[in-house]
Formats: sequence, structure tokens, C-alpha cells
Amino acid sequence: MTGHHQTLALVLFSGFVAVTLGITTWVSRRRQGSAEEFYAGGRLFSPMENGFAIAGDYMSAASFLGVTGLIALYGYDGMLYVVGFLVAWLVVLFLAAELVRNCGRFTLADVVAARMSERPVRIAAGTSSVTVSVLYLVAQMVGAGSLVALLLGRTSGADQAWAVIGVGALMVIYVSLGGMRATTWIQIVKAVLLLTGTIALTVLLLLRFHGDVDRLLLTAADRSGHGRAYLAPGLKYGGDWTARLDFISLGLALVLGTAGLPHILSRFYTVPTARAARRSAVWSIGLIGGFYLMTIALGFGAAAVVGTDAVRASNAAGNTAVPLLALHLGGGAGSTGGTVLFAIVAAVAFATILAVVAGITLASSASVAHDLYASLRRSRGTARSEVVVARWAAVGIGAVAIALGLLARDLNVAFLVGLAFAVAASANLPVLLYSLFWRGFTTRGAVWAVYGGLVPALGLVLLSPVVSGSPTSLFPDVDFQYFPLQNPGIVSIPLGFLAGWLGTITSDEVADEAKYAETEVRSLTGAGAV
Amino acid sequence: MQSSNGRGWGAGDGSERSAENQQDHGAPSRDVPYEDPWYDALASGWGEVDGIGAPAPAVPPARGEHGAAAVRARDVYVEVQRSAAFQEVRARYRGFVVPGVAVFLAWYVGYLVTATTAPGLMARSVAGAVNVGMLAGLGQFLTTFLLTWAYARHARLCRDRAALELRWDTQELTRGVRGDAS
Repeated sequence: MTGHHQTLALVLFSGFVAVTLGITTWVSRRRQGSAEEFYAGGRLFSPMENGFAIAGDYMSAASFLGVTGLIALYGYDGMLYVVGFLVAWLVVLFLAAELVRNCGRFTLADVVAARMSERPVRIAAGTSSVTVSVLYLVAQMVGAGSLVALLLGRTSGADQAWAVIGVGALMVIYVSLGGMRATTWIQIVKAVLLLTGTIALTVLLLLRFHGDVDRLLLTAADRSGHGRAYLAPGLKYGGDWTARLDFISLGLALVLGTAGLPHILSRFYTVPTARAARRSAVWSIGLIGGFYLMTIALGFGAAAVVGTDAVRASNAAGNTAVPLLALHLGGGAGSTGGTVLFAIVAAVAFATILAVVAGITLASSASVAHDLYASLRRSRGTARSEVVVARWAAVGIGAVAIALGLLARDLNVAFLVGLAFAVAASANLPVLLYSLFWRGFTTRGAVWAVYGGLVPALGLVLLSPVVSGSPTSLFPDVDFQYFPLQNPGIVSIPLGFLAGWLGTITSDEVADEAKYAETEVRSLTGAGAV
Repeated sequence: MQSSNGRGWGAGDGSERSAENQQDHGAPSRDVPYEDPWYDALASGWGEVDGIGAPAPAVPPARGEHGAAAVRARDVYVEVQRSAAFQEVRARYRGFVVPGVAVFLAWYVGYLVTATTAPGLMARSVAGAVNVGMLAGLGQFLTTFLLTWAYARHARLCRDRAALELRWDTQELTRGVRGDAS
């Protein structure tokens, strides 16, 4: 990777930063400082704009670089990831988008707390939302650090650290100054950039194979070194039963976790009605589905054009598959086309991380200020003071994420993302579904559902081979590994649902019929929605 | 993707239901035209909203309030919940969503389990480089798109209009309750 790549990539990326900072300044000049404005961007985005923003929030660097890399290395098994990421959106569309928009104001806890004794439920749901966000954030920060090493050819620890700090500082600026409106526009710009880049690469790839997908697949199988086995499942997850069970666990977490991700749910508050929320979900499913179909093509393309061995030689996890493919499609190393395409892909990947990170920070600062701070303080302040807290919370979360991102630098990004999904599915989804659909659900049930999913999910990870007991774990020298799977989802998700049920049937409190009536009527009709 | 802005619904189906609504839960008579600016401001896009201004919520949520008005506003929700019109909307929503979720979750989990436990089946060749697994994976994409389309269409045709009527009625009722009390 020559100096040309780096210079051009840096110029393009600086352009993106300049444009997004411009957006932030422009937006914040017109702000009034209301909570509506900061958390929900005034709720006046159109379904199409919000659909692009949701897609921008969801299509992280993990999918752009990580999944294409997995496909390039392991073929079909990488595709399994992509399918889970997409099917998850049906859960969001069917069970969450409209109802959450109708019932809540800014956060997930709003929906739950409407029916229950507010304080304990808000604290529980706020805690789990912040936990999920921070896990997801750390994954993206670690990704940012390794991306610098991969794409700019700088492998020293100091450079990675500066990348993490730089990304963290930028996201704090976006969020604390621009709030939801700036964050949304950044997501939209990023989604358009990412989709344009992906479409361009896919078209170039298909042109190279004259539109013959069959030949593309056969060439990929040939050059992968695995032959036809490359096009069937089993290369990565076909080992012992633990590995297979682990993958099923991950698949469940992916599908059920999306509807519990706070930064995805809060996006539905930026449109005026439930109908608009539904239409933005439809837009985003179209965009995300199209994007993932192209990443599959690019993954197989990288194997066919670059060759699996070359991809693995560049980065053992396959994360450089797409940049390498861009280099080859543009005419190979040293050519102008190759240099330009490579730089574009690198800049788009940076922009992706930056935008995703800003979206998550905003959602978690909303949880801190609107749920935790508002419940834990003694006197009721104004909404305006809550926004001030949210801005400072964004700074605090940025600092925490930078610190954890530096600590967790060597953890696998895809694993961290899978973990965030598992915690979201275990702690947030049961309480959300129960409060929307279960007449008899009580406060104790809600609190138990959150902690009953959150604690096992985190506890099982601590006891898993990720943390100890194997050469690749966080603490390889000690061994307190009692749980064989890397992803806790298959155990902790049912536990979350079970705890919510147990808490409800053992509580003395009788569920308030009128409050359930209110939740049900509001969720399905939008009456009284803000 | 969807271009309808709320005016393009089949009139026959909806108007029958709106008549039904009025009888069912004794809403105060309101000949609210369907294309009123209030609705447009809420359901349409960016440009139109700017002209009209922010849609101020007609009625703030009832929860968190104390006193008689809040108590009676709660009764409004119970009353609406028991109305046949609301039961109909809920039945339509659940009638689509419950089987829908069951189908796609079963299909996805089935796919996941088959791919991890029976790779031999997935590797069976169909045509050229395409094997059963490829088809199943692309099938997941296809069913996701189809179910998305079906859900949006079902909601637009079978729920939206009735839900909007109910929203309007409910807010009128809660506003009435509040007006009396103050």
C-alpha cells in the first residue's frame, strides 16, 4: 500500500469530516435547545430521510468490511451472518416500529414506564440500554483503530490509539452540538456514500465477469482453495457441536437483538407518525437488503478476483477484502484507477464508523439523561436542563468509549457486535414485547425481565472462552471458563423472557387494566402520541 | 417506495368502517373531513409540514397527571379499548402479525439449524454453481422483502384508516374530559 492511497484517503476522509462538521454547525445555529429537538430532531423527518438514516445507522463497518471478509475467507458461512442481519428487520417492522413510535417519546424506557411504576422500570431499562450502547460503541471504536492500521498501513499502537481518540472526539462534537438533527443528516450522507460506493464496486465486479454470476461463483470456489465446499456451509462453523451451537446462538441474537438496539428504536421518534415510522422501516429494509445482497457479491468477488490466500495474507480476519477488491477492480496496484477506488473505499469505511458511533452515542446519552438522570435525581427539573445533562452525558460516554476502545483493542470486532446484539435481545426485547402485548405484566416483571436477561448475558460472557481459558482470550493466563459458547444468546434470551414471566406471576401487584388499555390503544392508534 | 400520502385509500372499505366506529363507542358526532390539514401535517412529508408548522399534539398524554381529569381520561382509554372498532383494528393487526412472525421465525431458525447441522443437504447442487444453500439464503432475502411488502400493504389497506379514526375520536374524548374538569 503506497503513500498515494494514504494521502488520497486522508483527503477524502477530511472532506467528509468537513462536510459533517459543517452540517453540525449549520444545524446547531437554528436549535432551540428543547428536548424534542435534541433527542428526536423535532420529529419532522420524512420517511425516506429516516429510512436512509436508519440504514446508515445499521450498516456498520462490521458488515461492510467484516462480513465481506468472512465471505471471502469462508464462503457460504459468511452469508449466514448477512441473512440474520436482514431478517431481524422483520421483527422490528412487525412488532416494534409503529408501536414504539406511538407509545414512547424518546427512549425504550418510555414505552415500558408508561404502564408501570416509573422509577425502578426506568432505571432498569436505562441501565440495559446504556450497557448495550456502550458494548456496540466499543466494537465500533476497536474497528476504527484497526481500520487505520489496515488501510493506512500504520500498525503502531500509538497510531491506533490516536484513531480511536480522534473518532471519539468527533462523535462527541457531532452529538453534543448537533443533537439528533445533525446526527440524522450525517447518517443520511453516510448511507448515500456507502451505497454509492458499494453499487459502483458491484457494477465493476459484474462487468468484469460479463454479468455471469455462475462463473463468478465458480471462479471464487476455484481460487478459494476449497473447491465446491466453499459454496456450501461448514467451512467456519462446521466443526464440533459447540461451534455449531455457538453459531445458532449468534443467529438468534442477531435476529432478536435488532429490535432491542436503543439507537435503532430511537430513530423511529424522528418521524411525525407511526405510519411514517412504518414507511421509514420499509425504506430501510429495502436499502439494507440491497446493500447486503451486494456485500455477498463483493465477498465472493474478492475471493474470485483477489484470491482467498491474498486476502488472508493481507489480514488474517479478512477485513481488507473489499479494499483489495477495489484495488484490483480499478486496475491493480500502482494504477490510478486502483489507487482512487482504494482511497474511496477507505474513506467510506471511516465515514461509516464515524456515523454509526455518533448515532449510538446520541441514543445512550438520551438513556442517561432521560431515564437514569431523570429518575435518580430528587427534584424534577425542566426538560431544558435534561438536554444539558444529555450533552454532557455524550461527552462522558465518549470518554468511556475511548477508554474501553483502547483497552479492548485486541478483541474481535464481529464478536463484540454479536455480544451487543445478544445483550439487546436478552435485556431489552423481552421487556418491550411483554409491555406491549401482555395484559398482566407488572412492574416487578419488567424489572426482572431486564436484569434477568442482562445479568446472565454479561455473566455468561465472563465465564466464556472469550475472557479466559484459551490462548486467544482476553486473559489467557487464567482459567475460569465454565460456559463453552462465545455468544450467550441461546441461554440468556430465554432467561430474559422467563424472568419477566416469573417476576410477573410472583408479584402481588395486580396489573393496572386502565394503563394497559392506554398502552394498547395508544400503540395501535397513535392517540396521544407526541 | 410508497408514494401514497394518505389520500389514495379505497374509499368503500374505509367509509363503512368509519360509520361503524361512530355507533360503536358513542363518539361525539364529528364530521371531520378526512383530508384535514391536521392529518396532512402528521402523515405527510417534509415539505408540506414546513408550510403548516409543527403538529402540536392536541392532547398531551394522560399519564402522569393527577386529579379527576386524569382519572376520567383513563376511563376513555378503557372505553375505547372495549369498543368494537378498536377490537377490530387489534384483531386485524394481530391476525397478520402473529402468523407472520411465526412463519418467518420458523423459516429462519429452520434455515439456521439446517445450515449448521446438515451441510450436506445444503451443498446439493441445483444448477451450475448454485446449490440448495444458495437458494435458501436468497430465499430468506426474498421472503423478507415479500413480507415487508405484504405487511405495509395490509396495514395501509386494513388498519390505517380505522386507526386514524380511533385516534381522532380518542383525542376528542380525552379533550372533552379535560375541558369539563377545568
